[in-house]
Amino acid sequence: MPREEVVLYDKIKNVRQTPLEEFYTSGHRTCQGCESAMVMRGFAKAAGPRTIAMGSTGCMYVANTSYMTTPWVIPWMHTQLGSGGSAAVGTAAGLRALMRKGKIPAEKINVISFCGDLGGADMGLSAISAALQTDYDLLIILYDNESAANTDIQATGMTPYGAQTTFTPPGKKHRIMQRRWKKNVAGMLAVGHPTCRYVATACATFPPLDYLNKVRKALTIGGPTFIHTFDPCPKGWDYHPRYSHELGELGIKSGIFPLYEIIDGQVFYTYDARKERIPVREYLIRQGRFAHLTEGDIDYIQKMVDEMWEEWDIPGVVPVRGFLKVADRQPASVAD
Amino acid sequence: MTTRTEAAVWEREELLTGCQAVAHGVRLADVDVIAAYPIRPYTEVMDAISKIIADGELDAEYIIAASEHDQFEIVKHASSVGARAFAGSSGTGWMYGFEALVVTATDRLPVLFLVGNRALDDPGAFGVEHNDALAVRDMGWLLCWVTTPQEALEHVLIGYRVAEDKRVMMPMALAMDGAFLTHSQHLVRIPTREAVRRFLPPYDLGERRLHPDNPISIAPQVNEDWVMEIRRQNWEAARRARQVIVEAYREFNAVFGDVYSPPYYFEEFMTEDAEVVLVGLGTVARPGRTAVRRLREKGHKVGYINLRWFRPFPTVELRESLRRFRAVGVIDRDFAHGSPDDGGVLLHEIRSCLYPVRERPVVVNFISGLGGRDISIADCMKMFEITQEAAQKDSLDGFVTWVGLRE
Repeated sequence: MPREEVVLYDKIKNVRQTPLEEFYTSGHRTCQGCESAMVMRGFAKAAGPRTIAMGSTGCMYVANTSYMTTPWVIPWMHTQLGSGGSAAVGTAAGLRALMRKGKIPAEKINVISFCGDLGGADMGLSAISAALQTDYDLLIILYDNESAANTDIQATGMTPYGAQTTFTPPGKKHRIMQRRWKKNVAGMLAVGHPTCRYVATACATFPPLDYLNKVRKALTIGGPTFIHTFDPCPKGWDYHPRYSHELGELGIKSGIFPLYEIIDGQVFYTYDARKERIPVREYLIRQGRFAHLTEGDIDYIQKMVDEMWEEWDIPGVVPVRGFLKVADRQPASVAD
Repeated sequence: MTTRTEAAVWEREELLTGCQAVAHGVRLADVDVIAAYPIRPYTEVMDAISKIIADGELDAEYIIAASEHDQFEIVKHASSVGARAFAGSSGTGWMYGFEALVVTATDRLPVLFLVGNRALDDPGAFGVEHNDALAVRDMGWLLCWVTTPQEALEHVLIGYRVAEDKRVMMPMALAMDGAFLTHSQHLVRIPTREAVRRFLPPYDLGERRLHPDNPISIAPQVNEDWVMEIRRQNWEAARRARQVIVEAYREFNAVFGDVYSPPYYFEEFMTEDAEVVLVGLGTVARPGRTAVRRLREKGHKVGYINLRWFRPFPTVELRESLRRFRAVGVIDRDFAHGSPDDGGVLLHEIRSCLYPVRERPVVVNFISGLGGRDISIADCMKMFEITQEAAQKDSLDGFVTWVGLRE
């Protein structure tokens, strides 16, 4: 398949080089301190006006895009909760067919589809997986605020262990209702889709400019690409809105959220938590959703995070060693 | 049909199944994006299309989706950027993608879908039942049944023309009976590309096309502020579709010779002086018409009406037709559980359609052929017998009969 013309973006080296133009502007009604809104603003700014965006149902639909007050300067279309991947594929396929058949002028148009953790990591995972198997130029952004934040903060497959949500309230008998460990979506997608050339994790504001450049890199490298962002959410995580950026930074510095990019199978840490990590406690105690945790719970989380950085084959990315090993004997039967 | 027209518009004849005929319709409509996902029995259309693409006879993006939901969302979004798109499904697959079917209609995107009718699980059955396609009847869809591969091919072209008309802009479900039509071979006349081009204009979304040169926001959250007005617009489109459908058949006749006759929405067989008729959707027309011929030989005044268009429902035309008869037997290859008459979906539509008529014909209902069970000529003779008896009665008691049921 011939690849669409590639637009090479310049790396944004400092804040002064950041484009002034905004393509995600006023009109949305996201909460104060909403980090996911920064994810929206950032990708639109980094990608520029020759872009089509699709948004799955989630807070970045419901709170973001009200009729007659759209914040989008670029064309935008709603897609269903589980179809972030499908929307990207359909749009890219439509554009490619129309350009090849001479029905619209041939040019590079960025196709960016975003979905929340409920839509992307749970319901829509198979459609994203299918999108990453194609050869279309598209970028899927999973904006992860670790809950179904629009419907009243319900737990998803991305809610961290122990967190309080409206589905996982601490009670007299069960202190911890969220007993699931957070799903490793970026790692799973990178390992499972060998022809996907770019998978990254990011935080909209830390390190500064890192996210914008990752969006640009994804669009330049081309093919189907994926970025998973870490979005502190004042309402869902229970902290004052002024601390959103700070919590993102603490989550990354404590190693809870690994920050990396994988280009053609090569892993580059964009914050290297192997070398230095602050205790997870400094991140956890800043949030009301962890207020019911005991010292033992915090120790358990610390142990899991340390294991991720110290035991895994590819630290922070691929959890193979410690989970899977090639056995040196036949499995024992139940009767044995 | 004149010889001159014939030479200009038909390219060749080929032995094709219903699914293969639809694939040729897709080729001739120069569809841009196709998304496939396998489920029997519709899936043969995707086998045929993939070969047509592999052989270079159609230039299209062909995507193998991860589920029906993925499949339907892909074509919805392809349609939103201005690409003519095609998908399809059957039975539970159609239901799996239902959320996407709803938004395709409310986004007013004129994608064409083939529904190879199949019984819904559980228990599993590959055979025909119409409840799958009928599920979209309240969702803002065009819904039409065909009974031969020839009609199937032609209704891909008619379907796109109606769906993409600026006055309509609704998705189109082209339904056909699983196995009995999807997989039965008939000799099909294939039109030339040139003739198709004359009949089917290019797809043009106009100012709703999603493109950086037209930076619109599609389907933002409206809540209680605007939903009522938007629903009303959808309804106006469905209402306008009634006229557009008639225009499309007239234009089809003008290009291809007199293929279809008024009122187009349905076709009547030996109804001229009939007292009793059966009405059905799909391939049951074949045993139905044979039964009519046999009963006519014995002097019975019977006829058969094959209903093509279910949405929009041809209320006025069907009412004017049916009021002529003493009794109408409605054949349902579906069932509406817990419905007012404990009968089929079509029964309720037809009774409702006839209600404003003071001197109404008697209406009885037959539930038959569920899960792909054959509806035989003998079954249709029995349906006529019951309908004829009902015409004589003062009141109806238990007017829904399950025909062909093991008891």
